[in-house]
Amino acid sequence: MDFYRAHVLICAGTGCSSMESRLLRQNMHEEILKRGLDKEIKVIETGCFGFCNMGPIMVVYPEGTFYCQVQPSDAAQIVEEHLVKGRPVERLLYQHEKESTDTVEMENIEFFKHQKRVALENCGRINPENIEEYIAQDGYFALAQCVNEMKPEEVIDVIKKSGLRGRGGAGFPTGMKWSFAAPVQADQKYVVCNADEGDPGAFMDRSVLEGDPHSVLEAMAIAGYAIGASQGYIYVRAEYPIAVERLKIAIKQAREYGLLGKNIFESGFDFDVDIRLGAGAFVCGEETALLASTEGRRGEPRPRPPFPAVSGLFGKPTVINNVETLANIPKIIRNGWEWFAAMGTEKSKGTKVFALAGKINNIGLIEIPMGTSLRTIIYDIGGGIPKGKKFKAAQTGGPSGGCLTESHLDIPIDYENLTAAGSMMGSGGLIVMDEDTCMVDIARFFLEFTQEESCGKCPPCRIGTKRMLEILDKITSGNGTPEDLTNLETLAETIKDASLCALGQTAPNPVLSTLKHFRHEYEAHIYDKKCPAGVCQALLSYKIDARKCKGCSLCARNCPTEAISGKIKEPYIIDQAKCIKCGECMNRCKFGAVIKE
Amino acid sequence: MSCKCGSVVKDERFVKIDQILEQNGKDESFLIQNLEQIQTALGYLPEDVQSYLAEAMDIPLSKIYGVVTFYSLFTTEPIGKHKISICLGTACYVKGAGDILSEFERQLSVKVGETTKDGKFTLQACRCLGACGLAPVLNVNGKVFGRLTTDDVAGIIGQFE
Repeated sequence: MDFYRAHVLICAGTGCSSMESRLLRQNMHEEILKRGLDKEIKVIETGCFGFCNMGPIMVVYPEGTFYCQVQPSDAAQIVEEHLVKGRPVERLLYQHEKESTDTVEMENIEFFKHQKRVALENCGRINPENIEEYIAQDGYFALAQCVNEMKPEEVIDVIKKSGLRGRGGAGFPTGMKWSFAAPVQADQKYVVCNADEGDPGAFMDRSVLEGDPHSVLEAMAIAGYAIGASQGYIYVRAEYPIAVERLKIAIKQAREYGLLGKNIFESGFDFDVDIRLGAGAFVCGEETALLASTEGRRGEPRPRPPFPAVSGLFGKPTVINNVETLANIPKIIRNGWEWFAAMGTEKSKGTKVFALAGKINNIGLIEIPMGTSLRTIIYDIGGGIPKGKKFKAAQTGGPSGGCLTESHLDIPIDYENLTAAGSMMGSGGLIVMDEDTCMVDIARFFLEFTQEESCGKCPPCRIGTKRMLEILDKITSGNGTPEDLTNLETLAETIKDASLCALGQTAPNPVLSTLKHFRHEYEAHIYDKKCPAGVCQALLSYKIDARKCKGCSLCARNCPTEAISGKIKEPYIIDQAKCIKCGECMNRCKFGAVIKE
Repeated sequence: MSCKCGSVVKDERFVKIDQILEQNGKDESFLIQNLEQIQTALGYLPEDVQSYLAEAMDIPLSKIYGVVTFYSLFTTEPIGKHKISICLGTACYVKGAGDILSEFERQLSVKVGETTKDGKFTLQACRCLGACGLAPVLNVNGKVFGRLTTDDVAGIIGQFE
């Protein structure tokens, strides 16, 4: 094996790849080659570091120097200065006003300091396309331990005691799920990995698949051993091309190393994994719909029971686990259930990955111990709200969840507390909203999503969400009436009670939650015909502040409908009848004289 | 159309379909995967392609049509040379993706889901691309553009014109 004096890790996740990190790697490689350093320095493409809005990200070891927003053209300077002369390139170091000096090392950066990486442990640390790097991080040791030293029921027992719960949304105890499928007698059983990550704004599963695909394969094999299954399927979105590619490579390598296939570790245990692609249907994240889609059919859910543990894929007993859930399994086996159970709160153990997005400074993927407060997430890890704006709400659980407000900032985040606050854990999307976000518009946005994604099988969801959306459209376009609010509530309760699957049962949540916490915004739209956040176009009007207007005519010249008139060097006026509220005048004005009401 | 049995050269598209089926398999569980690869090769999934596939995989055409129309990835209409997909995921929406979409609609004179008359551009709204750190984002032929403002729209169209 070769020894290198330095390792250069470059993120090749979706975010950084979109910013040409692939080209950066190529340039680094060429620069190193040019100087004949290729036997001394190794460049590695890794999975996601999580700090996506600082991308492309590069970390140089052994120092652990953290470079951010590195351009392909920076390669020569980094090689020359850092790798040849040993001086970090200061202009590319992470800098932040809150942090006293230029922070050089990754672990000292606020964004990483409060995190605890378990599921994401290897993301950004190893080359996901090289099985040996995974094995060097004790990869596949847990599988070896299970098949050689433990009975299937002992494996289930460890997972049960760890307190691990499903990370896909509902939070069902994983060990319990396995224990339902294990005793069922059948000639064939299946393990299915649910990688149909559909929540808009959530991308943790994609990151695990891109950054550490072997951990998922190892966990699936462990699950297979525990329940007596010999075949696994990964159902992954076709929209995630990099993840699919890395999974294919990982499966091929694992087969070559005998870690998938027949007689694994000469224990007599057989297990193999295949990929099935999803084709863009949110409902397929629901387990029975996912199974239908895996079988090549329309992804429509069916009533339960029978539960998949008894009759799942092709009518056989099936365990379905989410990607992040699976990524925890090998670590629990290796480190013991006590280690895992020591993290988190009473009923929610371990860590949770959140995708932090929206109106927040540090956008990216974070993993925190259960029980961390929203305040820590938003202000310490997330670096607060941009442009000094005021925090209004954070949406968790995506289109099935609800919003958390300022009064929830200090509650410890876990499954129970989020549900009690009227939201839910969901898959871990966390969208931050500031004072410029209209909560009625956000509720309408989520309902538009669920309405479009409703599969149409059951009427409460198919028709009910449509009716709710129509009412919200009415309110945001300024035609709302007082009875709309009661109608929304009645419809919401009916849809929740009567829908077939979780998509319909949770679809009204964003409306109910915003109605509960931001009823005054709905009322402002209905009674005052005003949108307090200034978002709903139909309720806005643009005006020119006569005191600030210099009469330069720039707005009038750019108005597409010639709604602005006036004399040079005198205040201009907007004709409200002609104005189409495009906002072009406001964008153009150099004096801040155009105001939106 | 008169019968030309024995004399016709097989439609090139169907040769391609045969290759894909050969590679993946004809079992019903491969249907979505097969459709996905056929669409990548042919651009879209018109009725005759679906009929051919129904015969080849021994699945009723109604079932294939049901699957094609169920999933948003599949299209039965030809799409433009360049596909512009604007992410309307939550993170992008909160950061103004709706305005970007309207600007594209205005500049290309099409509505979302439509193709320009010259067949150059198809404008689509899509689900979260997972590049939330760059919000708002869009994807043209697989290339991602991020941190957009409405001022970037003309430049992006220009690049592909």
